[in-house]
Amino acid sequence: MESFLVLSFVFLIAGVIAVPIASRLGLGSVLGYLIAGIVIAPLLQNLGVDVISLQHFAEFGVVMMLFLVGLELEPRLLWQMKSKLLGLGGLQVGLTTLCVMAIAMLLDLSWTISLAIGLVFALSSTAIVLQTLNEKGLMKSDGGQSSFAVLLFQDIAVIPMLAFIPLLALPELADLAQSVDVAGHGTEAAAGDHGADSHADDGDHGSGINLVEGLPGWQRAFVTIAAIAAVIVGGSFLTRPIFRFIAMAKLRELFTATALMIVIGIALLMTLVGLSPALGTFLAGVVLANSEYRHELESDIDPFKGLLLGLFFMTVGAGINFGLLFANLGAIIGLTIALMALKAGVLLALSYIFKIDSSDRWLFALGLAQAGEFGFVLLSFTVANNVIPSDIADQLLLIVALSMLLTPALFILYDKVIAPRYAVAQTREPDDIDEKGTVIVVGHGRFGGIINRILMGAGFNTVVLDHSSAQLDMLRMFGFEVFFGDGTRPDLLHAAGIDEAKMLVIAIDDKEQATALVHYISQSHPHIHIVVRARDRNHVYELYAAGARDIIRETFDSSVRAGRSALEALGFHPYDAERQVRNFVDGDREALRQLAQVYDPDIPIHQNETYVARAKEIGAEQEAFMRGKSKAFASRADRGWVPPTLSDVEAEAEKNDG
Amino acid sequence: MAKLIVYYAHPGQRHSHTNREMAKVARDVDGITFVDLYAEYPRSNIDIDKEQQRLLNHDVILFQFPLFWYSTPSLIKEWQDLVLEHGFAYGKGGDKLDGKRMMLAITAAGPEDAYSKTGYQQFPLRTFLTPLEQTAGLCKMEFTPPYVLFASLRAPKEGLVDPHAKGYRALLEAVRDDRLDYADAASRDVLSFETLPIMEGA
Repeated sequence: MESFLVLSFVFLIAGVIAVPIASRLGLGSVLGYLIAGIVIAPLLQNLGVDVISLQHFAEFGVVMMLFLVGLELEPRLLWQMKSKLLGLGGLQVGLTTLCVMAIAMLLDLSWTISLAIGLVFALSSTAIVLQTLNEKGLMKSDGGQSSFAVLLFQDIAVIPMLAFIPLLALPELADLAQSVDVAGHGTEAAAGDHGADSHADDGDHGSGINLVEGLPGWQRAFVTIAAIAAVIVGGSFLTRPIFRFIAMAKLRELFTATALMIVIGIALLMTLVGLSPALGTFLAGVVLANSEYRHELESDIDPFKGLLLGLFFMTVGAGINFGLLFANLGAIIGLTIALMALKAGVLLALSYIFKIDSSDRWLFALGLAQAGEFGFVLLSFTVANNVIPSDIADQLLLIVALSMLLTPALFILYDKVIAPRYAVAQTREPDDIDEKGTVIVVGHGRFGGIINRILMGAGFNTVVLDHSSAQLDMLRMFGFEVFFGDGTRPDLLHAAGIDEAKMLVIAIDDKEQATALVHYISQSHPHIHIVVRARDRNHVYELYAAGARDIIRETFDSSVRAGRSALEALGFHPYDAERQVRNFVDGDREALRQLAQVYDPDIPIHQNETYVARAKEIGAEQEAFMRGKSKAFASRADRGWVPPTLSDVEAEAEKNDG
Repeated sequence: MAKLIVYYAHPGQRHSHTNREMAKVARDVDGITFVDLYAEYPRSNIDIDKEQQRLLNHDVILFQFPLFWYSTPSLIKEWQDLVLEHGFAYGKGGDKLDGKRMMLAITAAGPEDAYSKTGYQQFPLRTFLTPLEQTAGLCKMEFTPPYVLFASLRAPKEGLVDPHAKGYRALLEAVRDDRLDYADAASRDVLSFETLPIMEGA
């Protein structure tokens, strides 16, 4: 327990200190985490921490990230990407593998080892690249989309690679493995943990359970397809009832638990049938992309993904074997740079074929030039399967880690040098604003529902957040874009696109939550116009103090209309009734405005002297109005269309005559 | 029998003497349609389709209103702007009002002699009404000189409200029964309760 706390604290404090500094210096969070990892490496060694197994744990962050990526990607969009995915991704992996293999063979390595190295280096870092692209808001750009297509293909390609690599095994290494203790990086534990290993024939990494082990090929294929079908069908039809069920408990943490359960469950299922958990959760994400629970899932999983990825990057930093690095400094750095140049070269060539232009081309080429976390996995796996000797593997590990360490530098190069050059020349079409609405409506009950209908009727995009499943089901039937979730949570608002929104409509019942939300948004997003529902007068003052200016009392207008109806029924001419209540509304709103300005949420009303004084004045006026003898209100109601008195008319006539 | 609709527009009916009496009379005449525009549209949300259908259903359209600043109360202007659509009342295909008749019943606060070149209003009353007259013209409607009460503010004192209202009833009934001599009316500048060209019998 204690060591767990110590370990957690070390990682957390390293991240908390390093990442803000790195972000401040414009280096990005990834480099911050990597540096933090390097700094705490000696400490971890003293504590006897197994950095590599921690890294495998943290790799679950990648699985979560792909789930989130899937959530952002509707099936339609995925289908549109198919040529990029297969063409661009396939060529990148194929060409890079061949080039690396050729160079390795020139360096006098056997063709089997060379091919394995080629496969390892062909992969890029999904974690670093997607994290950085998201952070910089480049995900939707052409370069970002192409990068994503390649990364997705790579993540899928890992699975056949894992199946293929054991075929490259060297008999002499296998013999050696019996006697040699694989030192240094604890690589022996790795492959099993990943579970994608369907050929686990070595006792060292038999920890993974595999349901399809030992089944004939056709049965294995059947089980695999059945598992994928289960994810798709389950995602489409089971999530809704599950969420509706847990919504009954009205506990926030249950949603987080459910979201985690879904992601972990799918990862487990995929592992059991020998598929990539990342692929499985990605698929589930795509299936759920159209679901009303999408933003809820997104905001629940996001913090876990962030923490795990942070941990992952730190373990990459901490895992760098500086002893080995300094022993072969020149060679390893040289090889790393050569590798990145080679990968970037292949990517550049592909960018010409696939017409990725201008600054996007460089984003694509430089962004994917590193080797990735799946490289670690494959390396452990190759060693375990006696494909690559462990002394070579250790050096390759360093190259992978070093290339990841250099990646943020390339992004900085892109940001500071390349992008500005194209900034002027670029006349690209603005990105589609996806489903991020220009208006976010929080609360879709009797109040918010009407607002939403009016906005949609006028052709505005709205994103609706509500925490009542029953309400949502009905709206979905009518084709409304509505999402499940508590709209008062900043993370959910963020997922719903508050950063791109023009307006926030707050139509929830709860007074305190509405006030808190107004306070938060008017501080954090001062440019967003807030329209907010107030329960009563005092709530208006609180909302005003919290920064809202467009405040609508929920029953005021209907009460006024009821009053008008009463006047009409009592024989008032409809137009007189209209003018009467119009004047009442003007007077009442003016009084409210004046009192809101002197109201102070920190002083109780009865101690607020200005408020009390002003309220008394207004009260007197209103009382007079109610008794029907106020000058202020009644004269206003009567002005207009009052003919001059007869004596005035006579006097005027005499003047004209004379 | 002509089908007659009276559009009455007065935003300050509480303060009215003559128009209120006239409206009371008009409401009371059988076989015609009476519309209090300010009562029907207190929030100016005029129902265009409904109003156009009303126009189609009637032969004679009469606007009754007090003259405000040489023009109609604002709701009648709003009504014109919305209801007399292109393609309905005028322009291409806009022949729906062709052959119908527009009439006016107006009260003016100024005395009759003020509405002349030498009077303090400087123009004859009909000059101020030319926008309405040409509206009728553009819509291919016949225009009949207005039924007018001048110096309306003095009318109660001078006992003119009652005869004017009675004359109004006679006018509406004559229009309804096709007994108004439009040719005679057209030869006059304005009509008053003393000069109504109503034919006997028929």
